[in-house]
Amino acid sequence: MKTLSSPFIWIILVVVGGASLLPILTNSVSLREDMFLMLMLVILASSINIIMGYTGYVSFGHIVFFGLGGYLAFFLMKEFQVQFMLAALVGGAGASLIAFFIGIPVLRLRGAYFALATIGINEAFRSFFTNFDLFGGAVGMFFNFSVYDAYGGAKNAGQLAYYAMVVLALVTIGTSFVIKKSKFGLGLMAIREDQDASMVLGIDPARLKVLTYTISAFFPAVAGALFFFKNGLIEPGPAFELHRSIEALVMVMLGGYGTVTGPIVGAVVYERLRGFLITDPTLSNAHLVIAGVLLLLIVLFVTAGVIGWVRQRVPALRRYLE
Amino acid sequence: MSTTNSVILTIENVSKRFGGLLALDKVNLSVKEGEIFGIIGPNGAGKTTLFNVINGVYPPTEGRVKFRGEDVTGLQPFDMSKRGLARTFQVVRPLSELTVRENVTVGACFGREHLPLEKAEKVADEVLEYVGLAERKEMLASKLNVAQKKRLEMARALAARPILLLLDEVLAGLNPHEVADMLGVVRKIRDQGITILMIEHLMHAVMNLSDRVFVLDYGAQIAEGTPQEVSNHPKVIEAYLGDPKVAQRFLEGAA
Repeated sequence: MKTLSSPFIWIILVVVGGASLLPILTNSVSLREDMFLMLMLVILASSINIIMGYTGYVSFGHIVFFGLGGYLAFFLMKEFQVQFMLAALVGGAGASLIAFFIGIPVLRLRGAYFALATIGINEAFRSFFTNFDLFGGAVGMFFNFSVYDAYGGAKNAGQLAYYAMVVLALVTIGTSFVIKKSKFGLGLMAIREDQDASMVLGIDPARLKVLTYTISAFFPAVAGALFFFKNGLIEPGPAFELHRSIEALVMVMLGGYGTVTGPIVGAVVYERLRGFLITDPTLSNAHLVIAGVLLLLIVLFVTAGVIGWVRQRVPALRRYLE
Repeated sequence: MSTTNSVILTIENVSKRFGGLLALDKVNLSVKEGEIFGIIGPNGAGKTTLFNVINGVYPPTEGRVKFRGEDVTGLQPFDMSKRGLARTFQVVRPLSELTVRENVTVGACFGREHLPLEKAEKVADEVLEYVGLAERKEMLASKLNVAQKKRLEMARALAARPILLLLDEVLAGLNPHEVADMLGVVRKIRDQGITILMIEHLMHAVMNLSDRVFVLDYGAQIAEGTPQEVSNHPKVIEAYLGDPKVAQRFLEGAA
């Protein structure tokens, strides 16, 4: 495939992969925990970017798929002792299937209506899991420690989950790049720019959008499965946490929507910033305020985000920096 | 001028109603392969509505549309595109944040031939050369001026390798020099064997270019024929006298 012969994507993958090796080489558990979260955010931001940055549909409640994947996989692991990677993939596939059926009606909405509908969907699923006893209701579900025995104990399981998250992050970034560079991706960007004109040019927007939504649901769902597997506990609150979704949007806007690198840069910068703010005693409660102000500033002054800004300023880089 | 006589597009008794407004009233027309067919009429006559009905943007309230022998009434625009219909918009609609080349590649990728990306890019380069935008292909479409955006519309439509091309006022807003250039492009397209259905307000252009002309007024067809026949038609003169300037231009152009 010609797309994958581009050096750009390999550089990105090597950088992300290299950074992911650091905690293993230094044998630092706290660094590993940081990286685990960072990679998860990269996955979340990149997935949102596929539907929002490429296609122009702001999926505010995208975190719903993180929760859904988490719940499905957790249920399989707890009740049927399914191996965690298999459970995560099934969770991803299940979330994609749900996205497919939700997408058919909801993607008919445009602009703010679509964004609001995705929030509604997230809240609806949160209520469903809060009130449905099969999945533990409001208190959620937790593992017996014996679940981790199959993976050589909780410590080892954490390590395995980390490796899986690294692989998932690389696959997500790779997919994001392949989509961007494909005919499919070109169709998505045409929809983003002018849906009615794109139809006249021969694009069937409904089909492309539903497919995109389905793809963009898969990665957060698998990430959710890995996160809650390592966590050992899943509750409706943290699984369908709307503000995490909003933070992911800030990351995409900060890094540069519609670019492959943007969400990665955005996730890393935002997470570093948040880490700094949370540890600072006076600012720790204000980190969401700062996120809001940041989003406002980006939307007002640097609409294209960091990567988009660089691309605009240095046209020579456009060919290399996606 | 038409090389063959086979009919490529037929509109049969098409009406379109928007609430209380009858935008098209039992319109009948047929376009032959290889000709340039002009549609004229005062503002609000229903010309663009007719295009939208042919193109599938909305279905007609009554009547049938047939394209190359197939009943295509009510098909979606993207279905029409696959059957070999392309169009330009009266108000240009570039995909602003994409480059000129990407814009045209979209046309080639999703048009009649549904080309894979790499072939589509080659077609895009050829077409951009053809309409004279080759030097600007890496620019963002939003950075083009109006004349260039009109050419971009044209390039995008051509990249789809259409059988029938609908041109909606491609000359509007251009200066005389740009008009002359654009007319050259339109003739070249016809010489390639693409049938053209065009809406145009610039009378001397439409009269010189078209093989046949069709006149709409208040959604109804008031005349059809060669440019000569149409320009001498009393109803046409009457329809245009509402706007003396246009009538004047009309008469001069036909003379």
